Amino acid sequence: MTQIKHHLTDAILMAYATGSLTEAFSLVVATHVSLCDDCRAQLAELDALGGEVMMTAGSVDLDEDAFAATLALIAQDQKSTALRPRKTGIFPTPLQSYLGGDLDAVKWRRVGGGVKQMILNTDGVGSVRLLYIPAGMSVPDHGHRGLEMTLVLQGAFRDETDRFAVGDVEVANEDLNHTPIAEDGPDCICLAATDAPLRFNTLLPRLAQPFVRI
Amino acid sequence: MEKNDLTARTGRNDGMLMENSSLATVGVIASDRYGQHSTIAIGRTEYRRVTDTSDPTMPAWVAEIYAIRDHQDQKAFARIFGHFGPRVKAFLMRSGAAPDVAEECTQEVMATLWRKAHLFDPSRASAATWIYSIARNKQIDMIRKSRRPEPEDLPWGPEADPDPGEALTLQEETAKLGQALAALPEKQRDLIQRAYFGDLSHSEIAEQTGLPLGTIKSRIRLALDRLRHAMGN
Repeated sequence: MTQIKHHLTDAILMAYATGSLTEAFSLVVATHVSLCDDCRAQLAELDALGGEVMMTAGSVDLDEDAFAATLALIAQDQKSTALRPRKTGIFPTPLQSYLGGDLDAVKWRRVGGGVKQMILNTDGVGSVRLLYIPAGMSVPDHGHRGLEMTLVLQGAFRDETDRFAVGDVEVANEDLNHTPIAEDGPDCICLAATDAPLRFNTLLPRLAQPFVRI
Repeated sequence: MEKNDLTARTGRNDGMLMENSSLATVGVIASDRYGQHSTIAIGRTEYRRVTDTSDPTMPAWVAEIYAIRDHQDQKAFARIFGHFGPRVKAFLMRSGAAPDVAEECTQEVMATLWRKAHLFDPSRASAATWIYSIARNKQIDMIRKSRRPEPEDLPWGPEADPDPGEALTLQEETAKLGQALAALPEKQRDLIQRAYFGDLSHSEIAEQTGLPLGTIKSRIRLALDRLRHAMGN
């Protein structure tokens, strides 16, 4: 595993631990945490805090037949399984389960300038997509109306703030206008989630925006 | 949190199921965070179970979860159900669920606990932590009708029960975290509780109270820093 330099923020991890993060952002969090032991540990701590909050939130009697009803539920169903670590491929299991496979299961659509994307199916609040940026190419200069989270899965990109390599996640908000450029080397593949459409600073991508849904 | 919650780990054990003549409701005894006293209702008779917590090699509730995993032990399950069920239901109601919805969801949570007993790892989560995570996920699934993608599991070692020493350390650390939470100034504790009850979308609170976003974020961070400090990192 490479050295991860850019992690999720406390607020995002907290929102994920409390279950208040959208599905689109949660997929980026789950994928990053699959690659990052630091954030996994922090999340475990936040889950423990959730357990403590739950255990001190009082108690309410269950229905009289609740135990019998639960045993009946158990009789209906079988064992659950965990998300085992991936055996092959470059994508962690949570992402693979959205795609039904690894890189070869991605149905890329061209966005322009060699950049390709695939929008993943989520509950419709915000959006999450895979982005393919050929080495040396850039995503047009843009700002954000809300939050944008970009996780690198292959290659690396740079923008005005820093360099982001495999496992790194960039969290951008309204204050950041940036032009991510894929580094030379392997083409860059990212998982990016937003809660609002991006705001392009030049005319051409702005015109294309309704068609490519960035 | 009651003060005696923090000093409750003195309960003695005689390993017996005793009939309890009082009409104490299920699981309301404030001092039972680690299972010294739990009241369970089976049929119309209430029993008070005094669990063995003097066994220093086994964190609370682990024996019950293992008994469910290995022997589909319904009595062990009844003890867990009596202890955690009412708390899961209260938690879901505090998080905004109507009583009947919270009831249905709690039953699903407890059924999931049974089905996932083979995945419980006490060196990584206390029973309360684990059950919280099941409850949160059920809530998103059943009440919010959405999904919460989960990280992949860590690579599995040989299929053996984890080192009891590690599990105990984790339980102690979790207890410390609970104490640190109880010791926080009320404002900060309230904020953290509201975050877990789902009342705390940063932007929503900013809209409703007129508080600037940064204040909430930094208060949460401050509370987390204090917790970390109390935990010794």
